[in-house]
Amino acid sequence: MTAGTLFGLCAAALIGLGLFGLIVNPHPLRKILAFNVVGSGVFLLFGAIAYRGAGAGLGGDPVPQALLITGIVVAFSATALAVALLLRLFDETGSVTLSNDAPAKAGKDADAH
Amino acid sequence: MIDTLNIGLAALILGLGVWIIAARDAYAAVVGFIAYGLLLTLVWVQLHGIDVALTEAAIGGGLTGALLIGAVGRLRSTEGAARAERPGVTTRWLAAVVSAAVTGALAICVLVLPVPSPTLAPEVAANIAVTEVGNPITAVLLAFRAMDTLLEAIVLLFALIGVWSLAPDRAWGGRPGLLQQADPNGMLAYVARVLPPIGIVVGAYIFWVGADHPGGKFQGATILAAMWLLVMMAGLGDAPPVSRAWLRWLLVAGPLAFIGIGMVGAVHAGAFLAYPEGFAKPLILVIEFALMPTLTLILGLMLLGAPRRGET
Repeated sequence: MTAGTLFGLCAAALIGLGLFGLIVNPHPLRKILAFNVVGSGVFLLFGAIAYRGAGAGLGGDPVPQALLITGIVVAFSATALAVALLLRLFDETGSVTLSNDAPAKAGKDADAH
Repeated sequence: MIDTLNIGLAALILGLGVWIIAARDAYAAVVGFIAYGLLLTLVWVQLHGIDVALTEAAIGGGLTGALLIGAVGRLRSTEGAARAERPGVTTRWLAAVVSAAVTGALAICVLVLPVPSPTLAPEVAANIAVTEVGNPITAVLLAFRAMDTLLEAIVLLFALIGVWSLAPDRAWGGRPGLLQQADPNGMLAYVARVLPPIGIVVGAYIFWVGADHPGGKFQGATILAAMWLLVMMAGLGDAPPVSRAWLRWLLVAGPLAFIGIGMVGAVHAGAFLAYPEGFAKPLILVIEFALMPTLTLILGLMLLGAPRRGET
């Protein structure tokens, strides 16, 4: 087993782990964290594949590696937007629940629908 | 043969992954996430992706970690209510089965990947001389797939606009983040005076060296943004109000320069973002210099979040 296969399998486990946390953890911030674990697992899988593509004197395939850099930066901007949405929700309602049974403070909005 | 270091790294990362998901306290989970990001950096070094390792350390672990630490502090009071909403045993079991199935399918895919692996490395190596840059990653980011980098810069800008538009009406156009009060003679203020000159040199070096060696504008811009944030956190400077015209112009300057050079390519080299022969390196440098202040500002402002105070 090479380093590529080892970290490929590690990435597969991380994606599953993150997916589990995304479904099970009720707190939105924990969901954002779990989503980042899924994201890093996907990046690691892609990186393991890039490592297998080493050749022509390069340690890995530079095209997927460059796409990974783009991916990490875009993942950060998506996380920043998600956190901003969450903080605004907290400022407006004083709670961050995603539950269908709307909490007392959000009841006024729910009546309008 | 598998390196013991690699097995140890994989085990630590999986352990921290479990910690991030299972920790009772959200703060503990976020701290775990930062350590996880730093360990992933080591994995990227093992996978021969030094540029990716630098990006992961700067943005994946560092900036994302700082962003989440800030959020976890403000949301502390909501954690108890969320615990009461924990899904039932059936949901948890179903989630475990689905996640295990996804992991299993991916693991099978990893094990049956074709040998030899398809790769674009020889083509990059054969064509890199045309771009006159020495780092193949920079050549891919700014020449072979420059369109991706242009769209990425625009995605960052849109994300920042999205964050800003979440400002409450009374704070619209105001300053993002809270006004920081730190002891002017304290340790934080001292570090915020001593560290930025060094950090700015390191950031500029990583930016400049990116043409030929691992490094580049994203990693350099993150270090510069971190220095800016440090100065603001120590109360030595304040964030600019988001309604300032100079700020808005700087934020669009990078993508506009990129698009402008792309149009030059459309006229003189036959395709959007193509570089006329012999001008590749100077044009890549112009794009990088134009993007650098834009990226520094966007990364720093994204961390500060939506405006929360008036313009004063």
